Amino acid sequence: MRLLTATVLASTLLTVTPALADEPTYTLTIKDHVFEPSRLEVPANQKVTLLVKNLDTTPEEFESKSLRREKVIMGRKELAISVGPLKPGEYSFMGEYNADTAQGVLVAK
Amino acid sequence: MLAAGLIVFREMLEAALVISIVLAATRGVTGSRLFITGGAITGLAGAFLLALFAESLSDAMNGMGQEVFNAGVLAVAVLMLGWHTVWMSRHGREMAAEMRAVGSAVSAGSRPLSVLSVVVGVAVLREGAETVLFLYGILASDGDSLLATVTGAGLGLVAGAAVGALLYAGLLAIPTRLLFGVTSWMVMLLAAGMAAQSVTFLSAAGVIDVNMDPVWDSSAVLSEDSLPGRLLHTLIGYIDHPAWPQIIAYALTLAVIAGAARLVSRQPARPAA
Repeated sequence: MRLLTATVLASTLLTVTPALADEPTYTLTIKDHVFEPSRLEVPANQKVTLLVKNLDTTPEEFESKSLRREKVIMGRKELAISVGPLKPGEYSFMGEYNADTAQGVLVAK
Repeated sequence: MLAAGLIVFREMLEAALVISIVLAATRGVTGSRLFITGGAITGLAGAFLLALFAESLSDAMNGMGQEVFNAGVLAVAVLMLGWHTVWMSRHGREMAAEMRAVGSAVSAGSRPLSVLSVVVGVAVLREGAETVLFLYGILASDGDSLLATVTGAGLGLVAGAAVGALLYAGLLAIPTRLLFGVTSWMVMLLAAGMAAQSVTFLSAAGVIDVNMDPVWDSSAVLSEDSLPGRLLHTLIGYIDHPAWPQIIAYALTLAVIAGAARLVSRQPARPAA
């Protein structure tokens, strides 16, 4: 446990590059465990930021194997997720905690 | 109820597999069960704490706290697994001989059991925190009754533990003579997979800027989302569309641990077999 604490402390010292200001940002909202929009078009071959807004009161885990992202977004919170550069194609994502309803596709063009 | 069970099962699977491998790797070692249980309980307590502070962690480091934390704890686990493998390659043979000589139990001696305790703790911590947040979400949204949720979660937990128990039973069927070799390879593959995962989190956080284009895509043959895919992902680090940085981290971890293990096992003043 001490090692874990040390890791956390050490990692806070790392500077993390914030999402670049010139990265185009697209908003995804989660409401009643459904993504809006459920199909989102983004430009291919460049980094884009997905601003995921969770309007529900419960946490949701944004997960996408194809985008290699998994991130918990707490209730009534929003988080930026930087993805790409993506090759043209479709990339599915889901809310793991409510996978029957929270499904979506990112379309890189 | 089913949803709760499925998620708990999926999250617990990874922790259960890690625990099974560690249990098999330390079979017959005095004190090992205590260290492993201790690690699991500490990890579980940590999971609740982590869930409690999930919001602060999320907001840390420009919203990249989760990724950096995951990358960090995975890196710690890789170091511990590597250290244990190297230690074992130096002392494993003597221990195996001692085990045969005295029956089953051998004294832990200076064996770094605390190292494995940390590995188990980390596995439970990561998967546990996600499970706690998920269950909290279900209960808070009262879509399901408390009883249904708890039943589902309990079933998921039992199913996850059952898969772990199967793996453990399978490993125990291996003769002691070979068990050391098999478990040290499993531990190395586990470490390599975790190293690749750590790189994924570092790239997601933007800490490292690397090309994550898939080198191949075998998701049509074996999807990482399927049960066999998940099992292989945990056990040997299977990724259905790996990128070069993940492959390099994987190969490098294997090479470094195996190389170091070979080096120290050749060193001792022991006549060549």
